[in-house]
Amino acid sequence: MKNFLGNSNIIPISVIVFFIVAFWYLAAIPMNSEKVSRQFKNLTFKEHVDKSWNLKKPKLPTPHQIVNEIIKTTFYKKINSKRSLVYHGWITLKATLAGFILGTILGILLALGIVHNRAMDFSVMPWVIASQTVPILAIAPMIIVVMNSVGVTGLLPKAIISMYLSFFPVVVGMVKGLRSPDQMQLDQMKTWSATQNQTLWRLRFPSSLPYLFASLKVGIAASLIGAIVGELPSGAISGLGARMLAGTYYGQTVMIWSALFAAAILAATLVFLISFLQNYTLKKMAIVR
Amino acid sequence: MISVENVDLTFETNDGPVHALREVSLEVKEGDFVSFIGPSGCGKTTLLRVIAALESPTTGNVSVNNMVPDDARKAREYGYVFQAAGLYPWRTVSGNIKLPLEIMGYSSAEKEERTKKVIELVELKGFEKKFPWQLSGGMQQRASIARALAFDANILLMDEPFGALDEIVRDRLNGELLNLWARTKKTICFVTHSIPEAVFLSTKIVVMSPRPGRITDVIESSLPAKRDLNIRDSSEFIKIAQRVREGLKAGHLDEDL
Repeated sequence: MKNFLGNSNIIPISVIVFFIVAFWYLAAIPMNSEKVSRQFKNLTFKEHVDKSWNLKKPKLPTPHQIVNEIIKTTFYKKINSKRSLVYHGWITLKATLAGFILGTILGILLALGIVHNRAMDFSVMPWVIASQTVPILAIAPMIIVVMNSVGVTGLLPKAIISMYLSFFPVVVGMVKGLRSPDQMQLDQMKTWSATQNQTLWRLRFPSSLPYLFASLKVGIAASLIGAIVGELPSGAISGLGARMLAGTYYGQTVMIWSALFAAAILAATLVFLISFLQNYTLKKMAIVR
Repeated sequence: MISVENVDLTFETNDGPVHALREVSLEVKEGDFVSFIGPSGCGKTTLLRVIAALESPTTGNVSVNNMVPDDARKAREYGYVFQAAGLYPWRTVSGNIKLPLEIMGYSSAEKEERTKKVIELVELKGFEKKFPWQLSGGMQQRASIARALAFDANILLMDEPFGALDEIVRDRLNGELLNLWARTKKTICFVTHSIPEAVFLSTKIVVMSPRPGRITDVIESSLPAKRDLNIRDSSEFIKIAQRVREGLKAGHLDEDL
């Protein structure tokens, strides 16, 4: 983690990726065999393998088919076209970021309440935990439908679902983080007769940053999942979730997988950005060296 | 000026009440350097915390500069130095020293001036821009003392400030602390479990013993106000150290009975 790019991690990671890809190609042969046999007769084994790796609607698409599809739909379509992954990715990204920001704010506010107010300390946490035991797939359609009935559509309902998933790690992390100063540090503030606000801004909040960043990394990945789930039940026509759904309607497995990979790449990029921000901030604050 | 009268303090714990202080009475005059010495559990830190209003006594009266301790705390009548330096890693040395000044709302010109003054006082000049992790343990503790001095309270409460340091560094800091005390004329209450440290520093040594925490002896030091480390070899020093040791022993004998 110290040096994300260009260190000895590269070799073990590549070896594992190599084995996954090799296994994938091998698995594609039996998975797609039935379809190949139905469409083509009298193939040599080599031809059979070749066909099963390049079917139009395979059961299991091969990595190169997915990569080709991603490249085609990312770089060779107009970005406002319904067939462009950039277009769909951007729609999902907007909802993800909006939900992430809302979730982070809500999470921090709840944590502040829990740390500073005894009543909230005893009453809020069980509800926060209960909220996460409800399957998001059950909540998401309700949020979409309820908000739709009051005329709110588009980005906001999806952002709310993202918020619902992403506030949780932030609350848990921030409660721990805001409570991380030890008794001596709090006593020290007391000897200076510091107000609650001064203690918060000068001690509790800076001390909580390592916890906050760890939570944000979990939160932003959860946000993306929330946005995608939010696109599934609404019959939305745009967004990575809608793209996956459309793929299943039409048996376009390559499209499903490419949307899946696009979502994974997006999530990895977002987490990486937060990691970068984390390293930069905590180094600057000399909390880690 | 600090006066403690018949203070009792009992902590309620899961294993029943713990008698941390019993019938503790003490007078600290302005400009005194008072050490509290005793084994762990004798209530020396608790007594310091009572004076600082970090604990409240169960019964008895405490006054600090003619105020109840909590008012004295709010009036910022004392600076408190903890066993750990407790510097904020994200602040430089001068940033750490400015912290209490920020909290107390000093103007930035005054913050600069006071920081400069106390940094000179603890001999940390040239290290203002360093971060705590770039300093040795002894220097960190000096920065922590500077921070407690920055707002110029006339009482300094110190809870084993050199307890975590090695003996060589501790000796040097003891010498520096005496100089600082002579120059600033503060009233200092100093908790320690080292007999030489207590005898070397103090004008008055309060010997305490545990279960229940109480004062077994109060020794007015006959050593001259101006001292250096060589005084430790004087017969006067050894005599006082002996009396402290006997006081500590007496506390343990009580326990055996």
